[in-house]
Amino acid sequence: MSKLYRTFRMALHALRRNVMRAILTTLGIIIGIAAVIAMMEIGSGSSSAIQGTIASMGANNLLIMPGTAASGGISMGAGSTMTLSPQDCEAVLRECSAVRAAAPIVRARTQVVYGNRNWVPMYIYGTTPDLLAVREWTELAAGEVFSDRDVRNGSKVCLLGQTVARNLFADESPLGKELRIKNVAFTVIGVLSSKGANMMGMDQDDIVLAPWTTIKYRVSGSSATTANQSAASAGAAQVNSLNQLYPSSATSLYPVPSSTQAADTPLPVRFTNVDQIYAAAQTSAEIPVAIAQITALLHERHHLREGEPDDFSIRDMTEMTKAVTSIADLMTKLLLVVALISLVVGGVGIMNIMLVSVTERTHEIGLRMAVGARGRDILRQFLFEAVILCLAGGVFGILFGRLCSFLVTKFLHWPTLTSVTAIIAAVVVSASVGIIFGFYPAWKASRLDPIEALRYE
Amino acid sequence: MHLIELQDIFKTYHLGEVDVPVLKGITLNVDQGELVALMGASGSGKSTLMNILGCLDHPSSGKYWLDGEEVSGLSTDGRALIRNRKIGFVFQGFNLLPRTSALENVVMPLNYSSENLTERAGRQRATELLERVGLGDRMHHEPSQLSGGQQQRVAIARALVNRPRLLFADEPTGNLDSKTSKEILLMFQRLNQEEGLTVILVTHDGSIAQYARRTVRISDGLIVADAAGDAS
Repeated sequence: MSKLYRTFRMALHALRRNVMRAILTTLGIIIGIAAVIAMMEIGSGSSSAIQGTIASMGANNLLIMPGTAASGGISMGAGSTMTLSPQDCEAVLRECSAVRAAAPIVRARTQVVYGNRNWVPMYIYGTTPDLLAVREWTELAAGEVFSDRDVRNGSKVCLLGQTVARNLFADESPLGKELRIKNVAFTVIGVLSSKGANMMGMDQDDIVLAPWTTIKYRVSGSSATTANQSAASAGAAQVNSLNQLYPSSATSLYPVPSSTQAADTPLPVRFTNVDQIYAAAQTSAEIPVAIAQITALLHERHHLREGEPDDFSIRDMTEMTKAVTSIADLMTKLLLVVALISLVVGGVGIMNIMLVSVTERTHEIGLRMAVGARGRDILRQFLFEAVILCLAGGVFGILFGRLCSFLVTKFLHWPTLTSVTAIIAAVVVSASVGIIFGFYPAWKASRLDPIEALRYE
Repeated sequence: MHLIELQDIFKTYHLGEVDVPVLKGITLNVDQGELVALMGASGSGKSTLMNILGCLDHPSSGKYWLDGEEVSGLSTDGRALIRNRKIGFVFQGFNLLPRTSALENVVMPLNYSSENLTERAGRQRATELLERVGLGDRMHHEPSQLSGGQQQRVAIARALVNRPRLLFADEPTGNLDSKTSKEILLMFQRLNQEEGLTVILVTHDGSIAQYARRTVRISDGLIVADAAGDAS
C-alpha cells in the first residue's frame, strides 16, 4: 500500500516537474473524452428525438380489436364480435404498467353537414380525450379538447381534423359552429393540428373526434363496421329515439316513473361495446411487455379459460417498431465508433509524449536504477504517470464535454441527454487508455541498462 | 572477512563479432573502512571495474563477494537490491533530478528501499544528512539554484541516505574547480575517518589519489600497482 502511495507521489512529482508538457499531453485525452461525452449526449439526445418523432407516428401504438365471429364456418373477419367494453379500456390503463395511455374507439362513417356543404370524413371516432395522448397529437390548431365530463354526459361536441375543417368551413373559423352528423347537432370546440398522411397514405386529418358516448348512443347505435352511409341515414329517423332533431315529436308513450319506482326496478345493464381500443406503450422497447400484460388482463376480464381462443387480438406497428430499433442501434454504433476513434487519437498522443519523456529522462532512469530501483519500479512509475495523465484528462474531459453539450443545447437548441453511462465509460476508458498506451514507453524505460542510461547524453 | 573480495574477474564485451576483453583477471580485496583510489587512464578498464564493483554490471567470469555475499551471479533485480542496501554512488555529473528540491533528491532512493521508513522518518534522515554536508540552509533549493560543489554535496547526501557500507565516487571532482574539489575530497576523508565508511574513488587524476590511503592502479585490464598512499 505504502509502496503504491510512494509510486503515486513520485509520478505526481515527476509530472509536476514539467507542468506544461503534462497539460499538453492531457489535452489530447481531454479532447478525446470531451468529444466522447459531447457526442454521446448530443447523439443520445438526437436519437431520442428521432425516436420520439417516429413514436408520434404511432410506433408505440397498440390496437386492441375484438375477435372474429364465425357462423357456419364463415368467418366475419377481425372485429366482427362485440367483446370489448369501455371498462376494458379503463382496466388496461389502470393495471398494465407498460401502457402509457389507452382510449376506446367507436367508429362511424356517415355524412357531416354544415350549412350548404357536406363531407364524409374518413374517420368519425367516438373516443375519450386520451386518444390524443395515445396518438401524441395533443397540440391543437385552435380551441380545446373535450373533457372527460363531456364523455360522461354524452355532450354533443366535436373536434375536427384539418381536412374536414377545410372542406366544411373553407376560410371560416369552425369554432363554436354547429354541424350535423346524421342529423345530430354537434358544436365544434376545437380543430386538430395537421398530422398529414400516415404510412399507408391515408389522410389522418380527415377526421372528426367526439366523445364515444355521443357517437355510440346518439349517432351510431351499432358497430359501424357494417353500417354504410345510406343505410344509416335511412334508418336514423325511425330507430334512434334520442334523435333530437324535432323535439316536439318526442312524445312520451309511458308515464314517467318516479324516483322510487326507478330504484325498485333497476333497468338491466346493457352491455356496451366499443369497436377497438387504442393503447400506447411507454416506450417501443416495452411493447412486448405491454402486449403480454394486456393479453393477461383481458383473459381474466373476459373469463377465458385456458386453451380457449382469444376473443380479441392485439396488433402492434411492427414495421415502425423495427425502424425505431434499427435507428437506435445505428445511432449507438455510430457514437461508439466516433468515441473510439477520438480515444485512440488521444491515447496515441499519450504514448508519444511518454516515449519522448522516457528518452528525455534516460539519465534520470539510469540514476534511479543505480540507487536501487528495479525494472518493475520504473515500469510502475511510468505507468502511474500515464494513468494519472489519462484520469486527469478524463475528469477534465467530462467537465469540458458537459460544457460543450450544454452550450450546444443553449445556442443551437439541439436536444442533448445526460448520459451517466458515458461518464462512467469515459473514466474507465481513460484509465485503460493510460495503461494500454502507457505500457510500451514504461516497459521500454524499465528495460534500460543503468550503465548506458547514466552515460546517455 | 573482507568487505570486497574479487577473485579472477574477467569482463569481455562483444561488439558485433569481435570480442573485446576489458578486464583480464582482477583479484582485489578491500577491507571495511578503507579509502581506496582506483586509478587508471581512460580505456584502462577502471570504469568497467567500478561498474562491476558497484553491482551495476556482472563479470563475464570470476567471483565477487560483497560483505560476505556472492553477488557475481545475481539477477538484475538482485543487484538492484544490493545497490539499494549496500552501495552509494556519487557521479561526476552530480545527476540530481532537475526541478526537484535538494531534500526530495536526497529522499528519492528511500522510495526504492525495502526498509519501510515512514515519510517523516525518511525526511528526518535526509535533513540530518544535508546538515552534515553543510547544506542545512539550502534544503529546499532546486539544483539549478545550487553551485557545483553544493550539488555534489547533495549527491553525497543522497548516496548516504540508505546507510550504505560502501561509497563509490566516479570522478567526483571532474566538474569542479580545485577549491571545491578539495572540499569534496576532504568530505570523503571525513566520512571515511569518522564513520568508518568504505570509500572507493575512481579517478584518472593522481592529485586526487593523494587523498586516498591506498591506490590501486589499473592498466589494460590488469592491476599494475596496489600501494598504500599517504593520506594527507
